[in-house]
Amino acid sequence: MAEIFTITRRQVVLASAGLAATAWVCPALAQSDELAVAVSTYAAGKKITEGKVKLDIAELVDNGNVVPIAVTVDSPMTPANHVKAIAVFNEKNPQRDVVKFTLGARYGKADVSTRIRLATTQKLVAVAQMSDGTFWSHTVEVIVTLAACIEGEA
Amino acid sequence: MARTLINAPKTAKRGDVIEIRATIGHPMETGFRPDENGKILPRNIIQNFSCRYNGELVFSAEMFSAVSANPYLAFHTVATESGTLALTWEGDNGFSQTENISLSVVA
Repeated sequence: MAEIFTITRRQVVLASAGLAATAWVCPALAQSDELAVAVSTYAAGKKITEGKVKLDIAELVDNGNVVPIAVTVDSPMTPANHVKAIAVFNEKNPQRDVVKFTLGARYGKADVSTRIRLATTQKLVAVAQMSDGTFWSHTVEVIVTLAACIEGEA
Repeated sequence: MARTLINAPKTAKRGDVIEIRATIGHPMETGFRPDENGKILPRNIIQNFSCRYNGELVFSAEMFSAVSANPYLAFHTVATESGTLALTWEGDNGFSQTENISLSVVA
């Protein structure tokens, strides 16, 4: 009886270790420098200045599956001076890219919003490219209580 | 055909900035999630969205796995003339859908 109990306990320990492994749904969390690389690749190595862009997101995210975000850029949006593109990057999702928008010259108002997934508490960066070729960014740190990757776990 | 929900004004004054909000029913399967047997589910997302105003591209979005299921986008354009706004979603497994909405511009 004692012997059986020992085996069972060992199995339990092994099984829980297995569970812990499967719970690790998201691939290895990446480093912050991967984010910097993704951002500078997007800007083609050009200088990115902090400012003009506003990434609007809740600081405390209850549900990582659906996180509303809005990006607004301080720009007159005239044919001569407008925002050409906006991109959002994250730090710790399986992929750095979140979404990339391309705005036409007739866009009118530099404001775009969508809903995204967040795997964990992390940093987000919004980058805007202006028609004059300059890049502007805004970095936000968010706390995620329910991660997107947990749902769908076996 | 996936269900779409598009919210845009039917009429606008010339030169007005109009907001278009669009959602499409789509799972946006990330390609990182396992199913109940632990096998990774293949990725099935919408990769591209575009809005053409009388044929001219006014807005497009490249989406990745990090965009939520039933992707929602809200964007703007300047109402210049009466016509059609063609909203197109394209994605994995040959997914492609276009919805047309008409806009009449009054002076």
